[in-house]
Amino acid sequence: MVCTDNIDFTIPLQPAADRRMIKFVLMVNRQGQTRLSRYYHSVELSRRAALEADVVRYCLSRKKDQCSFVEYKDFKVVYRQYAALYIVVGITDSENELSIYELVHNFVEVLDKYFSRVSVYFSLQSELDIMFNLDRVHIILDEMIQNGHIVETNKSRILAPLTAIDKMVES
Amino acid sequence: MSDVVEKTLTALPSLLSLDSHPGSAKLSSTSKLGNLIRGITELTSKHEEEKLIQHELLAIKEQVSSPNTTMRQMKELMVRSIYCEMLGYEASFSYIHAIKLAQQGTVLEKRVGYLAVSLFLNESHELLLLLVNTVLKDLQSTNLIEVCMALTVVSQMFPKDMIPAILPLVEEKLNHPKEIIRRKAVLALYKFYLIAPNQVQHIHNKFRKALCDKDPGVMTASLHIYLQMIQENPDAYKDLTPSFVTILKQVVGGKLPMDFNYHTVPAPWLQIQLLRILALLGKNDQSTSEVMYEVLDESLRRAEMNHNITYGLKALTYVVQQDPKLALQHQMTIIECLDHPDLIIKRETLELLFRITNAQNVTVIVEKMLEFLCISEDDHTTIDLVGKVAELAEKYAPDNEWFIETMNTVFSLGGDMMQPDIPNSFLKLLSEGFDSVEEDRKLKLFAVNSYVPLLRGEPGKLPQRFLQVISWVLGEYSHLREDLEPAEVLSLLAKLLDMKNSSSETKSWVLMAMTKLCKGGTDASVTQEVSETYSSSLDTVLRQRAHELQYLSQDPELRARVLPRGANPETLEVDSSLSFLDRFVSEALAAGAAPYKPPHQRQEELDQSKALSLEPYGLSLPISMSSCSITDRQSPTLLSMSSGLSGDSADLSHKGGSSALKLDGVKRVWGREGYLAQREPVEEAAQVEVPSPIQSPGRQGEGDSLHSQTPTQTPTPEPEQEKQQLASSLFVGLASQSSVSLMGKSEPTPQRFRRKAKGQGPGSSFNASEQISSSLISPPSAVDNLLCNNLLDSNNASELAEQTSQLSQRLTTANGTCHTEAELTEPDTKGCNPALRRDNCVVAADPGPHDDPGRLTEVCLDSYLPAELSGLSHSEIAPLCANQSLNLSACHVQKEDSLILVVFIINSSESAIQQMLLQVDSEELEVSCLCDSPAGEMTSHSVAVGQYSLTVKRPAVHVEVVGTVSYQLPAGTSQSLQFSYKVPLTSFIRPFVVSTEEYGTMWLSFSHDTKQNLTLINDNQEPLTATLNALKKKLQLHVVEVIGMEGIVACRLLQDLPCLMHCRVNAGWLAVWLRSPVPDLPDCLIYHCQRALQSL
Repeated sequence: MVCTDNIDFTIPLQPAADRRMIKFVLMVNRQGQTRLSRYYHSVELSRRAALEADVVRYCLSRKKDQCSFVEYKDFKVVYRQYAALYIVVGITDSENELSIYELVHNFVEVLDKYFSRVSVYFSLQSELDIMFNLDRVHIILDEMIQNGHIVETNKSRILAPLTAIDKMVES
Repeated sequence: MSDVVEKTLTALPSLLSLDSHPGSAKLSSTSKLGNLIRGITELTSKHEEEKLIQHELLAIKEQVSSPNTTMRQMKELMVRSIYCEMLGYEASFSYIHAIKLAQQGTVLEKRVGYLAVSLFLNESHELLLLLVNTVLKDLQSTNLIEVCMALTVVSQMFPKDMIPAILPLVEEKLNHPKEIIRRKAVLALYKFYLIAPNQVQHIHNKFRKALCDKDPGVMTASLHIYLQMIQENPDAYKDLTPSFVTILKQVVGGKLPMDFNYHTVPAPWLQIQLLRILALLGKNDQSTSEVMYEVLDESLRRAEMNHNITYGLKALTYVVQQDPKLALQHQMTIIECLDHPDLIIKRETLELLFRITNAQNVTVIVEKMLEFLCISEDDHTTIDLVGKVAELAEKYAPDNEWFIETMNTVFSLGGDMMQPDIPNSFLKLLSEGFDSVEEDRKLKLFAVNSYVPLLRGEPGKLPQRFLQVISWVLGEYSHLREDLEPAEVLSLLAKLLDMKNSSSETKSWVLMAMTKLCKGGTDASVTQEVSETYSSSLDTVLRQRAHELQYLSQDPELRARVLPRGANPETLEVDSSLSFLDRFVSEALAAGAAPYKPPHQRQEELDQSKALSLEPYGLSLPISMSSCSITDRQSPTLLSMSSGLSGDSADLSHKGGSSALKLDGVKRVWGREGYLAQREPVEEAAQVEVPSPIQSPGRQGEGDSLHSQTPTQTPTPEPEQEKQQLASSLFVGLASQSSVSLMGKSEPTPQRFRRKAKGQGPGSSFNASEQISSSLISPPSAVDNLLCNNLLDSNNASELAEQTSQLSQRLTTANGTCHTEAELTEPDTKGCNPALRRDNCVVAADPGPHDDPGRLTEVCLDSYLPAELSGLSHSEIAPLCANQSLNLSACHVQKEDSLILVVFIINSSESAIQQMLLQVDSEELEVSCLCDSPAGEMTSHSVAVGQYSLTVKRPAVHVEVVGTVSYQLPAGTSQSLQFSYKVPLTSFIRPFVVSTEEYGTMWLSFSHDTKQNLTLINDNQEPLTATLNALKKKLQLHVVEVIGMEGIVACRLLQDLPCLMHCRVNAGWLAVWLRSPVPDLPDCLIYHCQRALQSL
């Protein structure tokens, strides 16, 4: 086996640095508190809270009529506000902001579809509901984004695994 | 923005609003998770948060380790841990339980277990190894949900080294009847491709199958892999262009099921992905691009139909990379975007305009960009745009005035943030100027004229970079303006020195300029004062400049020699090897100075010393200092010792004289000889780099008239009319074929300013020769030549000489056409027509031919091996590909000084085939045909054999040869078969016999290196010897010497590319450091070393 504390030996094999990607997805409330976070590149735990606070402060300070894309340090941030919740996505410079902007909306529509359909058990009516279903929201997100890339956008296909799980739990 | 989005925003039920129903969270309000969530929402301070979470962590910790905790409770505990980590508090004690939950839980518990693992651990976390068995089990589960979960986690994170364990299972899933499984399997393979591309090289055919999958989701997933692979090597996938075009056509045409639509747009993200792929394939490739035009236009039309400006704009930017004319049809949209209140959209539009700039519209576009620059407050944008304006100005400037003025704006706005190469290239351009003396003078004079008023005004407001540019230009060219007294310029410059905010870098530019200008006499007082002030400056550079000023101002003759007026920078000779310092260096070395270490080596040693400090002193000391011989040898890994110590050792070796040298024969390995061997190649390289003189014909002329033709904006009350006018000035020149600019590349219009150094066009014959010499002897450093002369047997050396002379002959006959290199790689050029291969591409688009090489005739191919090769060991004869009439197989034969590829072509049909032609080529290899390539007619059931000698051009872990057999059936239809054959790099490795001294000399001169810790073999033998012997046996290395805990090993890559290996036992590992003059070779070799040791 290899001791990898120094250098990764795959330098020549590794494909050219994967530049186009989503770096993180956050759900935050108006007070700037994180309600969901998912990172697609490694960020140390200790640095995350500060980064989130910084990014969110930046987004919250913008007016409604200002553009939803902002450049933050060496990456870009795309955000959308849904009532009291903000969904904030960090992307690399070469990723397409508009595609991400619409992706966020697609994500919200998927959440809507899922939570209203199973509303007998859950209802996604507030920030609290996201919090109580953190695992499920993550599972949905995992179907949509992997390794910082968009892997599925078809709503029924995104929900298929989770609904199957729900059915099994039920029976 | 788009109507679609607006509609959905309003239509979206207020499900996400804060006005929560009081009972909404009742379900879990009594649970511990409920308590935590409630606690979190009620937090008011950081302090409270910390208290709450610490308390929570304690509670979780207690509960997870309790044996009575059910999996259901464990699931809840994991969600609670996720919360703690989300708030920034580490819950590392729960990681192992997350893995356990994934292993033992059922359905949702299992999924949450996997989820927690993927949230908690990073990809290199060692606990991930514990997940492998669970994944393995779930992949084989009959429950599809479990298979899905396993594939999901695998495509998120998986230990690279364990890929082989699950790869067959994942591959198998590619044929699963359920689309979701196939799709997830493709995504898992994409992950493997990202982290270990060589592991999945053998399944490229299956990727093609996924691309053709009947389910659009599976196809979409495979695009991730293709985008990646095409990014790395677009040429290898050109044949797929029609396939991607067809897919895009179908998507745009609404052929996908309704649920793929996003609102009314058919699969927009898929469209974007396909456009990205097409952009890569069409880049710089007219014929491939043409295939796409129709569908691109269609996509755009549909996008506009959807009133979705934004997608259209993005797409348009992609498209204009290929064909600026297409932008014409959408010009009004672009104009609207340019006036969009949203800055981001504005910027995107400028990006688009940048791509369609030409000599006719440059002034308008640059004006728009500068306008934006004035309002932009973002540094990043400024830097980017300033660079673009500079590039456009340089490329398309219509006249001198405009160019200088634009650059002035660039320097003022760009300030000190801009890329340093902008001022540099501006000055270079200015100094190279035009061929016409008069034009040249005008340009420089205009620059001078524009700078003087700036300095008379408020120079304090100008950025430092701009001041530096101004100083240089005034120093060089202010004499062109006759009415300007040098004294005035001097006093203007002196004023800059007195400014508070002038940086010392600027000051040294100013001093330099003053040195050029001062003539003694009346100027003396100013210069005298300045030089006196700065000759005692603390800044050494300024002090030196001040002294120069002082001396040179008093000695006009010397000044004229040192700083000749109007010196062409190209005539300056720079001794980049710094050979004039040799005496100084050798004296310093003799006096006991430490030898020079390049920065990367110093960094390595720093790391090394950090690593060492972790060990107890008792352990590390004996290793590094126990015996004198080791310290004297100054092995690379031990150089970090104090300079005093190494100085002592160098001293010792000198004073000890010859007797001391004989004792171990390895002293002063790092001494002067190292430099001597290195000097030659550097000089040679320097000669090669002398730019060829090129003429830039007819670059001058129409510029001015074109400029005056450009319609200027006139105020019209009608805004629409204004826009039309703007459009006409922006899009001017796009329609005419002649002046189309494809992203500024392959620019056919005359360029006003052209770099002399960049030898395009007329200089190509020179370039060609340069390329050829480098392609034959690979990186042709003299060290290598020296090596092969010394070390290869004479026979081989003469062969090389012969090759070289052949080369030069060819070079002269070929007369510098572009094809010389191609001809050279295949000396038997009979019918080697590259165009043929292109024609056959269409066949390869069909994934069929790669599929079944399995069925082969039972001919014993061994007997067809050429007689001269039959005695040598050869690899297994492997089937390559086959169709109804032909079977292809191949093997490689290792000769001492070459590697021979033997291709067997079997005509398995009942009829003869005509005009058979075998072509072999490779990206990484030089392929030369040994005897006549089999060609012409082949009777039924006969076998033809082709022999090729292979040499590595560019090292890769595995190198691949691709080939085509084209032939005609009796019926007259022509067919072709394509194949590829992979050879591990190890087949090209041969032992390299060198002495320790030679090794040391070479070590210093090699620039590419890599380091890695390898496993030691621990059997009965001494571990170092055992490991080195194992490597020697497996990889054909030559062990030069083993001393104590260190060993040095050498090998060469055929023909003569050396690679050196330094091994040291350190804390139970074998620390290996590889060096070579060839890029990538160390990395590839280390990979094979690892493999060799793993397989033991």
